[in-house]
Amino acid sequence: MILSGADIVVNCLKDEGVEYIFGYPGGAALHIYDAIYNQEAVKHILVRHEQGATHAADGYARATGKPGVVLVTSGPGVTNTVTGLATANMDSIPMVVITGQVPSGLIGDDAFQEVDTVGVTRPCVKHNFLVKDVKKIAETIKKAFYIAMSGRPGPVVVDIPKDVTAEKAEYFYPDKIQMRSYQPRTRGHNKMIKKSVELLLGAKKPIIYTGGGAILAEAEAPLTELVDKCGFPSTSTLMGLGAIPATNRNFLGMLGMHGTYEANMAMYHCDVMLAVGARFDDRVTGDLDKFAPNARIIHIDIDPSSIGKNVAVEVPIVGDCKSVLEDMLKVLDGKTDSIDRPAVDDWWKTVESWKAVDSLQYDMDDKLIKPQYVIQKLFEITNGDAFVTSDVGQHQMWAAQYYHFEKPRRWINSGGLGTMGFGLPAAMGVQLGFPDDLVVCITGDASIQMCLQELSTCLQYNLPIKIVNLNNQYMGMVRQWQEFFYDRRYSHSYMDALPDFVKLSESYGHIGIRVDDPKDVEGAIQEAISLKNRLVFIDVMTDPEENVYPMIAAGKGHNEIQLKPCRNEVENRELA
Amino acid sequence: MKRVISLLLEHEPGALARVAGLFTARGYNIESLTVAPTEDPSLARMTIVTTGTDAIIEQITKQLNKLVDVVKLRSLSDGRYLGRELLLVKVEASTADQRNEMQRLVSIFRGRVIDVTDATYTIEMTGHSDKVDAFLLALNDVELIEVVRSGILGIGRGKKILRA
Repeated sequence: MILSGADIVVNCLKDEGVEYIFGYPGGAALHIYDAIYNQEAVKHILVRHEQGATHAADGYARATGKPGVVLVTSGPGVTNTVTGLATANMDSIPMVVITGQVPSGLIGDDAFQEVDTVGVTRPCVKHNFLVKDVKKIAETIKKAFYIAMSGRPGPVVVDIPKDVTAEKAEYFYPDKIQMRSYQPRTRGHNKMIKKSVELLLGAKKPIIYTGGGAILAEAEAPLTELVDKCGFPSTSTLMGLGAIPATNRNFLGMLGMHGTYEANMAMYHCDVMLAVGARFDDRVTGDLDKFAPNARIIHIDIDPSSIGKNVAVEVPIVGDCKSVLEDMLKVLDGKTDSIDRPAVDDWWKTVESWKAVDSLQYDMDDKLIKPQYVIQKLFEITNGDAFVTSDVGQHQMWAAQYYHFEKPRRWINSGGLGTMGFGLPAAMGVQLGFPDDLVVCITGDASIQMCLQELSTCLQYNLPIKIVNLNNQYMGMVRQWQEFFYDRRYSHSYMDALPDFVKLSESYGHIGIRVDDPKDVEGAIQEAISLKNRLVFIDVMTDPEENVYPMIAAGKGHNEIQLKPCRNEVENRELA
Repeated sequence: MKRVISLLLEHEPGALARVAGLFTARGYNIESLTVAPTEDPSLARMTIVTTGTDAIIEQITKQLNKLVDVVKLRSLSDGRYLGRELLLVKVEASTADQRNEMQRLVSIFRGRVIDVTDATYTIEMTGHSDKVDAFLLALNDVELIEVVRSGILGIGRGKKILRA
């Protein structure tokens, strides 16, 4: 079958099983858009800004496990995707982003809407390609999907000059692709797996610490089995929430800068640590010199460069978390009796005493709405079963702390890059992937304004997302840091001249609800959920100066975790 | 400590930029970097000289391996290897004394004079970087007009082989 380059692109997507492509047309991509016009297999979602396209594809990928696909034009089309690419790259999210490029003959001439796409995107993608020959399009797109999905996943850019999409070639889409330079390892090393089990069996104060890699590898079943079999205290990073059900009796909640007291203290005092698909990020470890000083560490990761990067590891296991955990369970089979139960029971007693501190306790107020309360109510009303996306800042931390995730791929947020503006477009992708499920975007008055234009996309495709805007009229997290570390000099962290979000939502064709009384929170959430086919924007006026606790200040150790100020005597007692 | 890393990578546009970009993005040092096609035209071979602690070098090799275009990699300085540099140097040589002295030095260091004008000699010399350094040091009193060094090319000794 002889096809134009543009038709080849679209056929590749069809043959790859791509359901949705998120995009925005422009000159260099017009041949491809013409090819999209003539078919129905791949549905195009027209966003309002290319950044929205990348976040939507990203959200779709995080929720479904399938790659997110984006199509944009050259120049500004590409530069607008950079934030979305970097977001996906930091969190290892598989995406294929196809970009139009100026015609081959004009490349390097500073042509209209020309940018060096491969150069601009290189540092924030897993890989990228410039396709100069129509005969290479299909093979390159196959490679792009293969690279995006395998190993440690990530975004891949395929840049195609306009003339190449007009030329014709025989179409053949390969089933499989082999690359001599790229052969990611999936099975863990047997010897290391045995060693890791020995170490776990001998532990007196063990902890299991899981990250986003456990979600990406879909390792929840063997992970939970391991946690249950060993009965060891377990914690998760922001990115790993949901891999171990939040209600699992061994689960201590999230760790890190705003993690629970028990999770962080257990990390500090443990003697053996099993890290599963986590990368020892600075927001998790705090000061590396004070990080788990007595721990012998086992680290499972598909990316060898993640192992030993920040923290020295005794047992490195390169491999897919799921397959490694399954292999570990086989080795562990019948041996759990040799776990030092008295020691582990003692350890649990200590952990329970930390748990009793109840570090997520917050004060209620009759007049001011506490943001934590809003999330707690949302959690209760939705039975913890909603897909929750978030933006970045205080609301993100509260969502992670008070919405307890039972399942993986339900908590969709930008952890690594910390991209404000991520939540709403990501929710679009999630809703398209799961049209019948409840999708909630928890956001703040600052974040939501960064990709607000996508409210229009939501109307066009009838995406009934529920937006919960924790409106404190501040960039809350910035203000919190300024309160703590800059003597309350709130330099440009306020939100002046805010729009009326209710009217704004209405003008976009949606429903807006304002809540400013704690008594009305529950009703508003219920009403929003009952409006099944409508996007509802709940603008919740919250306590403007509420802070996120507990907190490990940057550069501090886990044991220096700070509780809500009035409660610090508890912490001091613990540390004494 | 100085380390020599040798790698084979897909001989494709942008592959060099990926390697160079990695070093700047992650704050690693590059002392020298050489690259050229191999007997297999689809492959390029690169020799990188870098410095860093063991931990940093481990990260560098892991990060390089992670690049999709990198086919194979070996840290040459972990074993026995041969490292050679090519030096091209243009010196002032207008008087008979200068020319005689230059001839003598070139012969001691087993270099060659490859271009002569009435005012200059251009000398070619290959060898271990130490030898190149020593030669340049020996030219202390001579006016160096231009110095061009290739950076190190490396190959493992004996059975230490890097092939695709």
